[in-house]
Amino acid sequence: MWEPFVGQRSIPQINRVEPEAVRKYAEAIGDPNPVYLDEEAASNSPHGKLIAPPTFPVTFGYGKIEGLKLPGKGLIHGSETFDYERPLFVGEEVSCYTIFKDFNERKGKNGTLSFLVFERVGEDIGGNRIFTTNETFIVTERVRESMEEGSDADRVFRGWPRA
Amino acid sequence: MQIEYLEVGQELEARTLPLLKREQLKEYAEAAGDFNPIHLSDDDAKDIGLPGVIAHGMLTMATTGLLFSPYLDRGFIKCFETRFAGRVFPEDAITIGAKLVDRETIEQGNVYHFEVFANNQDDNLVATGKVAFCVHKSRKAPHQKPGTG
Repeated sequence: MWEPFVGQRSIPQINRVEPEAVRKYAEAIGDPNPVYLDEEAASNSPHGKLIAPPTFPVTFGYGKIEGLKLPGKGLIHGSETFDYERPLFVGEEVSCYTIFKDFNERKGKNGTLSFLVFERVGEDIGGNRIFTTNETFIVTERVRESMEEGSDADRVFRGWPRA
Repeated sequence: MQIEYLEVGQELEARTLPLLKREQLKEYAEAAGDFNPIHLSDDDAKDIGLPGVIAHGMLTMATTGLLFSPYLDRGFIKCFETRFAGRVFPEDAITIGAKLVDRETIEQGNVYHFEVFANNQDDNLVATGKVAFCVHKSRKAPHQKPGTG
């Protein structure tokens, strides 16, 4: 189901780091830091302007990989990494895409587990990289079977898997 | 303890967060645009064999990062890695901690490498990972020698 998609990349999508979205996200994670929210505090920091929380790129669209499907529920998030070249600034536009990096299967005691690895990239409008993410998602045999039977509400992959 | 004064092997003071509430899962779902029903509906969570709703993994990751929030006035998280080790449920009290394991100087400043963890109230690990925190070189002292900050 997934092997043929390894190596495929989405068409980049432009996202804007909206101040209101940053405020909402910062409050939801319990981190109302002035460097995210208060222009004056941010301008006095070494960043010189407002920055976004490090996990904020989860709110972005990354473009879809045509035909790639993931389970509607039952996708397990195994690991996640963010690498930043510099902080993400509030108000800037970011061009984002994703690559389906790897797929492999491992036999576990409750059947075969599928491991799906994605990389996501955010670039500024000049094409300079801001961040790279790497994430592994796990699908159990039971969930995969229900997808193959079509009984799960499968979703078309639109960028950040919802796990 | 300020990051700049930590010695390798020393820890940032661990922090226990307020009990996780269902409302926060709803708030996070809206903020992140992640409406996976296993975070919002017990019935949907039970459908896939969970005892009830669980927290978004990314919320747990963001929570682990709170330990570094007080230092964002002088730097930023350069690398943030999390392995999700256990489920987080409403009413869990999560404790977050970090230990300095290495430091280096790069063009942007001094980078402090931490091992981080998040435990629940039963001392079970829910997340483990790494944070590399970069303290910007002082703009007032651009000629500071590497490694002295």
